Amino acid sequence: MTTTTDITRAEVCVTACSDAWRDSGEVLAHAVGIVPSISARLARLTHSPDLVLTDGECFLMAEPPPLGASAQAGGTIESWVPFGQIFDILSTGRRHSMMGASQIDRYGNHNISSIGDWRRPKRQLIGVRGAPGNTVNHRVDYWVSSHTSRVFVEQVDVVCGVGHDRARAHTSSSLRFHDLGVVVTDLAVLDYDAEGLLKVRSLHPGVSAEQVREATGFDIDVSQAVTTRVPDEHELELIRTIDPRGLRDREVRV
Amino acid sequence: MSDKTLSLEDLPHHIESGMTVGIGGWGSRRKPMALVRQLLRSDVTDLTLVTLGGPEVGLLCAAGKVRKIIYGFVSLDSIPLDPHFQAARESASIESAEYDEGMFVAALRAGASRLSFLPSRAGLESDVLTMNPDLKTVASPYDDDVYVAVPGVRMDVSLIHMNRGDVHGNGQYLGPDPYFDDLFSRASERTIMSVEKIVETSELSDHPFQTMVINRMYVSGVVETPRGAHFTSCVPDYDRDEKFQKHYATAARDAAAWQEFEQAFLAGDEASYQQAVRDFHTAASEERA
Repeated sequence: MTTTTDITRAEVCVTACSDAWRDSGEVLAHAVGIVPSISARLARLTHSPDLVLTDGECFLMAEPPPLGASAQAGGTIESWVPFGQIFDILSTGRRHSMMGASQIDRYGNHNISSIGDWRRPKRQLIGVRGAPGNTVNHRVDYWVSSHTSRVFVEQVDVVCGVGHDRARAHTSSSLRFHDLGVVVTDLAVLDYDAEGLLKVRSLHPGVSAEQVREATGFDIDVSQAVTTRVPDEHELELIRTIDPRGLRDREVRV
Repeated sequence: MSDKTLSLEDLPHHIESGMTVGIGGWGSRRKPMALVRQLLRSDVTDLTLVTLGGPEVGLLCAAGKVRKIIYGFVSLDSIPLDPHFQAARESASIESAEYDEGMFVAALRAGASRLSFLPSRAGLESDVLTMNPDLKTVASPYDDDVYVAVPGVRMDVSLIHMNRGDVHGNGQYLGPDPYFDDLFSRASERTIMSVEKIVETSELSDHPFQTMVINRMYVSGVVETPRGAHFTSCVPDYDRDEKFQKHYATAARDAAAWQEFEQAFLAGDEASYQQAVRDFHTAASEERA
């Protein structure tokens, strides 16, 4: 029997991420990482039945394949969207991303490209990928599996995903679709205040405000923070069915 | 219709040092690896690569063939980062033009359409513009929007790998995704296409018509290279060779191990490469037994 007494931190993160998809409507859920992937499936099975799931390759899935696998492994394909079409979809705005981040600053500027001076980086990462385009076309949330001051930095080394300071300083009408939602971490859920600055919306059960402040490389407002909700019995059962091998607990090691 | 078949050994005659070379596929998927390996064996150098990058980037960088890379990302997919590419960037031994993926596609589309640029919302206010100071913005003549004017990219030659093709240069993919290979072929002066298998033109119709994405107007050479995308995926003919890719990535992190890898796999011709890969798997399964 599923009980809510032995809920793991990863499961709290899953429902926190799941709540981020609420009210997104009939859009493509672009979820990078184990916890975001589980969360999109959970959202579809609970509050957001219209959400559109992918197999991470080129198929939209009416029934998703086993977690971490492509449509070859099972599920029901409802449509075909090769990579070429992804850029067409994001341009229409019918998409919502939840991406990982190597660095994030107080305004939600985001980096996955490289660390250090980009001309000769200390560490080359994967590249900007689609982050610049995502952040100016549709809602973007971030998932940080390990909340540390190495990720939450004073200033990101390369702005891939566009933050609020830059979006607001932009003078043309082109950035009207810029829409940063939440940043879910293994410690807390962050969102943005009226000035576009990150603040702590909620602390996961067992996490102190001090802990989050210490793990954040800039001053962050925790004064309004409530406690992150935990999954209910139904959600817990779904999470454990979606991820029977417990991959979520390998991504969140708390 | 002319017969455009080439032998792999002929490839270097079609590529000169200093050229801009497009590479099809995506990440570690359906990359023209046999063609890339042939470049490694040649004295061609100083190349500008245009790619949604996979292991070809690391291999060509490690061999000193690259002057510049225009890319949206470089990844081995199941292994996020390519050590050789990282080393090349971290030592600043190559120039780089890192684009948003959508901008990258816009650059190809503009190039294919012989346009000097295409407007893009992607890139605005990001450091893609800082890292590429030659990129300019353009004001809409219709409203208050401003866009990045993504310059069209034209390539001297593109290298792509298809599942099937005929001798005339018509190509067919049988996997789930065409990637951008057709766009690469249109944005290039010439395209050299390797295929798993050369078939009669009439046999192309054995599969749905929508799979025939490459046509001969753009293709100047066809090379039959069975397992020519190895170690990247080429479904349904074969999946990515994960074990071998891991071996590549591990070796690429260490100078001595890389020397061994080169000796074992890259010192000979394509046939000896494929044999060495078979030996690698035999040895691995014997070790397990």
